[in-house]
Amino acid sequence: MKYAARKILMLLVTMVIVSFLAFLAFSLISGDPATAMLGTEATPEKVAALREELGLNRPLLAQYGTWVLGFFTGNLGTSYSYRMPVSSLIGQKLPLTLALSLLSFLLILVVAVPLGIRSARQSESRLDGVHTALNQLFMALPPFFTGILLTWLFGILLHWFTPGKFPIFSEHPGLFFWNLLFPAIAVAIPRIAMTVRMLRSTILHEMNQDYVRTAISRGNDRVGVLYRHVLKNAMAPVIAFLAQTMAEVIAGSIVVEQVFAVPGLGRLLLASIGNRDWPVVEVIVVILAFWVVLANTIGDLLSQRIDPRLRLGGDAR
Amino acid sequence: MNRNKKGYLRAGLILTCVLFALILLGFFWTPYDPTAMSGSEKFLGPSLRHIMGTDNFGRDIFSRVLKGAGLTAVIALSTVAIGAVCGTIVGALTGYFGGKVDAVLMRFNDAMTAFPSMLLALVLISVLGSGKYNVILALGIVFTPSFARVTRSAYASLRDANYVKSARLMGAGRARILFVHLLPNTMQVLLPALTIGFNNAVLAEASMSYLGIGVTPPDASLGYMLSEAQSMIASAPWYAVGTGLMIVLLIFGVGLIGEGLQRRNGGQRYA
Repeated sequence: MKYAARKILMLLVTMVIVSFLAFLAFSLISGDPATAMLGTEATPEKVAALREELGLNRPLLAQYGTWVLGFFTGNLGTSYSYRMPVSSLIGQKLPLTLALSLLSFLLILVVAVPLGIRSARQSESRLDGVHTALNQLFMALPPFFTGILLTWLFGILLHWFTPGKFPIFSEHPGLFFWNLLFPAIAVAIPRIAMTVRMLRSTILHEMNQDYVRTAISRGNDRVGVLYRHVLKNAMAPVIAFLAQTMAEVIAGSIVVEQVFAVPGLGRLLLASIGNRDWPVVEVIVVILAFWVVLANTIGDLLSQRIDPRLRLGGDAR
Repeated sequence: MNRNKKGYLRAGLILTCVLFALILLGFFWTPYDPTAMSGSEKFLGPSLRHIMGTDNFGRDIFSRVLKGAGLTAVIALSTVAIGAVCGTIVGALTGYFGGKVDAVLMRFNDAMTAFPSMLLALVLISVLGSGKYNVILALGIVFTPSFARVTRSAYASLRDANYVKSARLMGAGRARILFVHLLPNTMQVLLPALTIGFNNAVLAEASMSYLGIGVTPPDASLGYMLSEAQSMIASAPWYAVGTGLMIVLLIFGVGLIGEGLQRRNGGQRYA
């Protein structure tokens, strides 16, 4: 349990550092939020009053403290361009991006794990070269390009969904997930290829170990050894890789939201960067960072459950 | 197995050389002027005259793809150059000398590489502003840690090799040992890392330009062209297909080279 506690403590420390850096960077570039909100025409008195009201005259560390507390109380300031609380703005968009990311992660797991195991088992086959080349080709498919092709094929030609119009979950929950499936596939394809490749090389590496030879020489068959011994040992590095995938999936979602007009965090982030709406940008950045750090922490905790040697501070490989 | 190992490298090199020859050619000559508009030749499908068809202004898409690929390739190569040079210097110093600086820098590195490069680049771009030079700078910074990590482990494993000891005994300076004696021996891990870096750079640049926060008009990279192509997907699907195909082939070719290099190194796993 000590290991878990240390990991969670690390997570908190990392988040404090990341959020402070984000806060610092955006307060340096954003200039004076009071002027930004009131426009350049505002009288100095009005600006001074708003500065006082927003608490901008307090020391930077105190401002950071209030801002960080906002993540727990929900008071994260006001968006310049939407004139509404950042927390409610993000609260509307975050579930969509999370749903999209989790759906593509699920697709990756369901498709890549069996395929990866199969690919390792067939590594002696004559078609192995073709499989590897195909795998490289799938890795080369950028999600936004696949997304455009999917919109064209299934949206415009086949009318399976209406491009540009995204259904609202509370009104059409079934349609919502149906429409979410296409962007999820676009995000998942190159990642599935990478996971298959990773699984394949990890399993093949394990299959060459002494313990496998021993097990086979004692009369076990290769398939049995694969499922009973090898997979268990191959799991730890694979989980670390999947944690990285979990982090990458959200980056993919952000790009693909633009292709399918999914009104999620990614579109909000881009619009806010365009509008120089820093209060929104910095909160989204911290949320994304939290997602990444959380994914890696969960990965570490799971690997350590499977391979207790890692608790001594070893590397997952 | 043996034939296969060389097969990837060879296929990748052929494909990549053909693409780069086309891209280089595109800097000096394209079949049509990529900006020349023609009212009578709007939305033409692929034909012998226009092998990738024309767009809404009657511009030849193949010519535009060549130009766009040129910009994408230049950005990706500059990015990789920055990342590889800075990363190798950091990796060489920390790997060879070790110590506290090494420990601290590598913690920091681990944290940076855990983040998807797209996200970091997005944050940097939102701070720096868009445009091609800022894209190069942002991606260069983002890719430095991954190169540092790869070279560091190579330097750390080689620093007590006998040939390094002999060089030291013969009075070779530190810089000489680091970059004349050791650097060539890190190529085994550095070369595959370069191919991965190039592909990540192409992807990141194309994604950012597609999203409208990377290369900005009048510069047109492949990513920006795809966002343009998407708006006319119903009337000119060949525009998106041609542009996207160029990105896919670039990444596919370099990916095959990387696969070949890694297999040649005795199946070492992804660097």
